[in-house]
Amino acid sequence: MALAVILALALAAGCRWSAADDTVLRFWAMGREAEVMAELLPDFERLHPGIHVKMQQVPWTAAHEKLLTAFAGGTTPDICQLGNTWIPEFVALKALEPLDRLVGASSGVPADDYFPGIWDTNVVDGTLYGVPWYVDTRLLFYRRDLLHRAGFSSPPTSWDEWKQMLAAVDQDGRPDRHAIFLPLNEFEPLAALALQQDDPLLRDGGRWGNFQSAGFRRALSFYVEMFQRGWAPQLASAAVANVWTAFGRGDFSFYISGPWNIGELKRRLPPDQQPTWMTAPLPGPDGPGSSIAGGASLVVFRSSRRQTAAWQLIAFLAQPSVQRRFHALTGDLPPRRAAWRDGALRDDIHARAFREQLERVKPAPKVPEWERIATEIRLVAERAVHGDLSVDRAAAELNARADRILEKRRWLLARKSE
Amino acid sequence: MRLPGAAWGFVAPALLVIAVFFLIPVLAALALSFTDFDLYALADVANLRLVGLRNYARLLEKPLFWQALGNTLYFAIVGVPLSIVVSFGAALLLHSRLVRFRSFFRTALFAPVVTTLVAVAVVWRYLFDTRYGWLNYTLGSLGIRPIDWLGDPHWAMPAIIVFAVWKSFGYNMIILLAGLQSIPDALYEAARIDGASSWRQFRDVTLPMLAPIVVMVSILTTAGYFQLFAEPYVMTQGGPLQSTVSVLYLMYEEGFKWWNLGSASAVAFVLFLLIFALTVLQLRLARWEEAA
Repeated sequence: MALAVILALALAAGCRWSAADDTVLRFWAMGREAEVMAELLPDFERLHPGIHVKMQQVPWTAAHEKLLTAFAGGTTPDICQLGNTWIPEFVALKALEPLDRLVGASSGVPADDYFPGIWDTNVVDGTLYGVPWYVDTRLLFYRRDLLHRAGFSSPPTSWDEWKQMLAAVDQDGRPDRHAIFLPLNEFEPLAALALQQDDPLLRDGGRWGNFQSAGFRRALSFYVEMFQRGWAPQLASAAVANVWTAFGRGDFSFYISGPWNIGELKRRLPPDQQPTWMTAPLPGPDGPGSSIAGGASLVVFRSSRRQTAAWQLIAFLAQPSVQRRFHALTGDLPPRRAAWRDGALRDDIHARAFREQLERVKPAPKVPEWERIATEIRLVAERAVHGDLSVDRAAAELNARADRILEKRRWLLARKSE
Repeated sequence: MRLPGAAWGFVAPALLVIAVFFLIPVLAALALSFTDFDLYALADVANLRLVGLRNYARLLEKPLFWQALGNTLYFAIVGVPLSIVVSFGAALLLHSRLVRFRSFFRTALFAPVVTTLVAVAVVWRYLFDTRYGWLNYTLGSLGIRPIDWLGDPHWAMPAIIVFAVWKSFGYNMIILLAGLQSIPDALYEAARIDGASSWRQFRDVTLPMLAPIVVMVSILTTAGYFQLFAEPYVMTQGGPLQSTVSVLYLMYEEGFKWWNLGSASAVAFVLFLLIFALTVLQLRLARWEEAA
């Protein structure tokens, strides 16, 4: 009897999911984004009764390995969240489906409504491989009151102004106090300063490092100067037990960080400290500067046999109203201007600087080797900060390391052009 | 000596299993270590190049490899003796006639060995927590300032060692306990009749009788400790400041994070040679000691 019941239940369940032409879409997402999909997907399934989405949560720390292993084993999902710096890598693997045709054929994903720098991260050699899902960039979090006390009523807009303020707020006389916090375990602050320059980070179609260019050396000198003048402490983020209370305490007046800290600071700082902090676009060498175009995109795997359904899900998640709900659930910033025009984001004074900055973001070099080069940037910059290497020596060292990493790429490109 | 046909028939299944699951993969990895198998080769095998010994040369030039080797040596040099001393101590206590509930303690001390590493690592991360951890709480009550166990480059490796020793000492303890129990009582009796103190009995009966087992235990432990991986992978991801990157962790990153299987295989073979050389050295030392 019990067996019959179980059997009947199993059959019923089976019917429910695989009835007739039900498409089961396999969707991999990471961390918090995967969690909140439970809230958004029922709406999608209601709109598309034939599609059932099977969600798989992948932890960020293991995502890269898991995806590569899945590719090697031929078990990639239909649709996946991908950090946009990983796209060139998966394009090199020929794992991703080009999306130009689909974007052209549907009205749901208007390319010109997206922030251009973010959209650009998904375009490799002229072909589109992903649709931005949410954006990430780095800019200034600063303490209004401390700046005010030092005699400045508005945040800096150029490096010169910024330096004046860094020098001024630091004169508080307390050795544990610093003007700015640049976590040494992150390459993004330096990369953002370097992307503000006219010189690209790699030259000759991503064949060689371009770190000895005047532009990169200018960015590196400024970065190193901030440490050597004592404006920034030589610390990694793990060394600051609670970066939010430290910021609230005034241990530093500036902090280069990303959008997730809007939510964290709102949550963690007591109400009386809330008016003291604000965000500002990143100052450039002369006038407002650009920053790094980060974030995650949605991609469709080439091996998938359910690409139409995958595209429908992408188009659903790209709707401004869905993106606003997504923002409310995760705090992730939407990549479309339309999503910013309404709702909580429009009135969020801390998000405003991000809105402005997003019009001025530049993609990191789109080569599969970028993540490894970025790691080297961080390691070499750390040595320059500690004074082991001069700026020129560090630039030369970085170039040598990048050139070595890019050796295979040069060989492949040379072979292709033969 | 020639094996008759029937004998070959009997060993064939075992040989086949060894060949398929050990010999062929090892030879394939060796071959891989002479190529530049990477992401591009994963996309298209035509992108594979034979590079001879370049992976090995590059590895020896790499500062991170030397740091990883240093970290691994640090872990092994401190960890192996510590682990053996702790196991030995535990085995002696369990062997002592004064201990009651012997089988309970034996099970309790052996329990860490059979627990899941990832699960207990989570518990240990709580113990090591800077602010709320029990370890810092205890140190604090002794008036010692809190230590950032897993976040400070100087303390991360000691923390990993403490965890690894706790996790593994039970295994050696059981082997040593078996060794202790196999020493004939007659020897102790004779020693007592000769008027030997318990310290003399330990030095001149227990230790020499146990020496071969201690040699074996130290070889196994050294080989195991050189393959440090899961502890830093779960607890620190190689950080802070790469202070807990072990040789095997480096291999994992090269192979599965960056998918440079060529250079990852080279790391594996360097590690193999290292462990092999150390084992030979330990055996030589033991034999030399025996002869002396």
